[in-house]
Amino acid sequence: MSTVYNLKREAEKPVRLTGGHRLCAGCGAGVVVSGVLRALNKEDRAVVVNATSCLQVSTFMYPYTAYMDSYIHSAFENSAATCAGVEAAYNALQRRGKVEGTVKFITFAGDGGTYDIGFQSLSGAMERGHDMVYVCYDNEAYMNTGIQRSSSTPRFARTTTSPVGSVEQGKKQNKKDLTEILVAHDIPYIAQTAPMGNFRDLHTKAYNAIYTKGPCFLNVLAPCPRGWDYPMARLAQIIQLAVDTCVWPLYEVEEGVWRLTYIPKKKLPVEDFLRPQGRFRHMFQKGNEWMIEEAQAYVDQKWERLLERTGA
Amino acid sequence: MSHRLSGNEAVAYAMKQINPDVMGAFPITPSTEIPEYFAQYVADGEVNTEYVAVESEHSSMSVCIAAQAAGARAVCATSSCGLALMYELLYVAASCRLPITLACVNRALSGPININHDYSDSMGGRDSGWIQIYAENNQEAYDNFIMAMPIGETPSVRLPVMTCMDGFITSHAVENIELLETDVVRRFIGEYNPEHYLLKKENPLAVGPYDLSPYYMEHKVLQAEAMKAAKTRILEVAAEFEKISGRRYGLFEEYRMEDAELALVLMGSTAGTAKAAVDKLREEGVKAGLVKIRVFRPFPGEELARALAGTRAVAVMDKSEGFSANGGPLFAETRSALYDLKERAYLIDIVYGLGGRDVKVEDIEKVFGRLADIAVTGEIGPLYTHMGQRSKEEIA
Repeated sequence: MSTVYNLKREAEKPVRLTGGHRLCAGCGAGVVVSGVLRALNKEDRAVVVNATSCLQVSTFMYPYTAYMDSYIHSAFENSAATCAGVEAAYNALQRRGKVEGTVKFITFAGDGGTYDIGFQSLSGAMERGHDMVYVCYDNEAYMNTGIQRSSSTPRFARTTTSPVGSVEQGKKQNKKDLTEILVAHDIPYIAQTAPMGNFRDLHTKAYNAIYTKGPCFLNVLAPCPRGWDYPMARLAQIIQLAVDTCVWPLYEVEEGVWRLTYIPKKKLPVEDFLRPQGRFRHMFQKGNEWMIEEAQAYVDQKWERLLERTGA
Repeated sequence: MSHRLSGNEAVAYAMKQINPDVMGAFPITPSTEIPEYFAQYVADGEVNTEYVAVESEHSSMSVCIAAQAAGARAVCATSSCGLALMYELLYVAASCRLPITLACVNRALSGPININHDYSDSMGGRDSGWIQIYAENNQEAYDNFIMAMPIGETPSVRLPVMTCMDGFITSHAVENIELLETDVVRRFIGEYNPEHYLLKKENPLAVGPYDLSPYYMEHKVLQAEAMKAAKTRILEVAAEFEKISGRRYGLFEEYRMEDAELALVLMGSTAGTAKAAVDKLREEGVKAGLVKIRVFRPFPGEELARALAGTRAVAVMDKSEGFSANGGPLFAETRSALYDLKERAYLIDIVYGLGGRDVKVEDIEKVFGRLADIAVTGEIGPLYTHMGQRSKEEIA
């Protein structure tokens, strides 16, 4: 960006995701999408691609689209290949003088559509080097179908397919570290971010991803009030806690160079993040103290490793 | 110009002459040669297509859907399990009304895994909303591919087209073939200028909505109407194609059907074998004939009924099982088509050639022999049987 980030100026840009879509109040997805699209230069066009998701069914219900830009949804598991196809068409038509101006290609998919069913399509598109941005809005479960566990769901979280019972309590496995897997693809730009505070982190990373040539990946935390079970007004607070507890560190990897973009002034205990969410309620029952201990140990270990990698 | 080409090379050559905007490429036997030949055309600068070598057939169809929606002409080729992996997206392509062209080199579906020919792959996609056109030989495979875009892209149709040829039998056998000049092909195909597309500057487009009960049914009816309209368009394009090639095509080919009493209905390369059997029987005074289905979707039901109206006994030969316990897919269509005839021929189904099991002239003659018995006795025996398999005793 040529100028310093200014939220007021950015907010004055014409919106690209209009109001009136059907996402829940207190949902992170809409905030992520409008935040990422705001990073586009005003004069540039975009084609927005969606995987089947809450976002898809809420923003393009026939005959109403919430997008001011062109938009395509094809299926659940193929949003990266779909974006690649649009980009391929753009290259071909540009070569033949049949399309004008700068067009950017941005995919939005949930964690189910990214970590799980869409992973092959994503990996393939990144390897092939399409000039596109893939944005995962990560709400840590299959929310559109009613809160089922995904490989992004953190350990101990309650979902409808990792329920809390008398023998088993919540998900047994750790969250897959997809951002690091994308780093292993050796693509030009990867970042982990969240719509936090004045949105500077999200905005800057979205801008970098959109205006860096080649395949770029953003993993954006997008809490879900139904799945995480928090009062909808607490969205911003939940995001801040995820970052300040280092459960969701903000960092970027540009041409192989790791950089932390936010270091909490005071690293908060993980239970501060867990406590306000119903999906972790069982962790605070008597006898389950070990769960919080293990969750803390896991976060600490990941954070230490990230500090090493980023040289912070 | 006369050449000697395999079916795969003929289709790849047609693609080169068309020079599509985007190709989604993924290898699977026996269609692999098509993206191989095409990659060489790209490498040699003979085409300027955006060649996207993806990581699966699912992605090759996804790329084609997105590229076509974006305003490009997109092509791909596949076989068998590759087509099966695309099934979900075949429906998406058709419902988005995107005239993608897919060269399907037919091969048996797993399991058990088998690389040889039958129609189980494309028959699995028969209800997906794609136009399906089948070739008997290399010439037809080439011609059908060139006719596909003018059919699919016309505004009254706007449907994807699958051109099918028999795996190995047609795809790998080298035959004499007449190729058109490239400028003739390009004029015939014309420019692709869709009314709406994603990259259109003036008017952004949204594709692939969440479409609930207030609109879904209307959209499906429009799709059904488009498939009906395709029948007329296929014949128009065939007439235009005859002018540039001298080769005539219809919805199906009638071979010695004018006074036929005993007839076969079948598809693809078996027609060549069956024509030899018909000729032999005709010499012996048997009034034998053959209908080779070229267009399976849309199915030419009324026309087929007229063609079979004067016959006494008909055998449908299905080269895919279907597992309906009531006969194969071609049988179901044919039997339904004949329902409205006042006087219907006796009709049986013979499932044959699964996984590439060979069929010979003598096999076809035996089928005619059975039809002759049926015509005399009026007893059809079992309605639906298999042909060419060994008995348990033979295997042991």
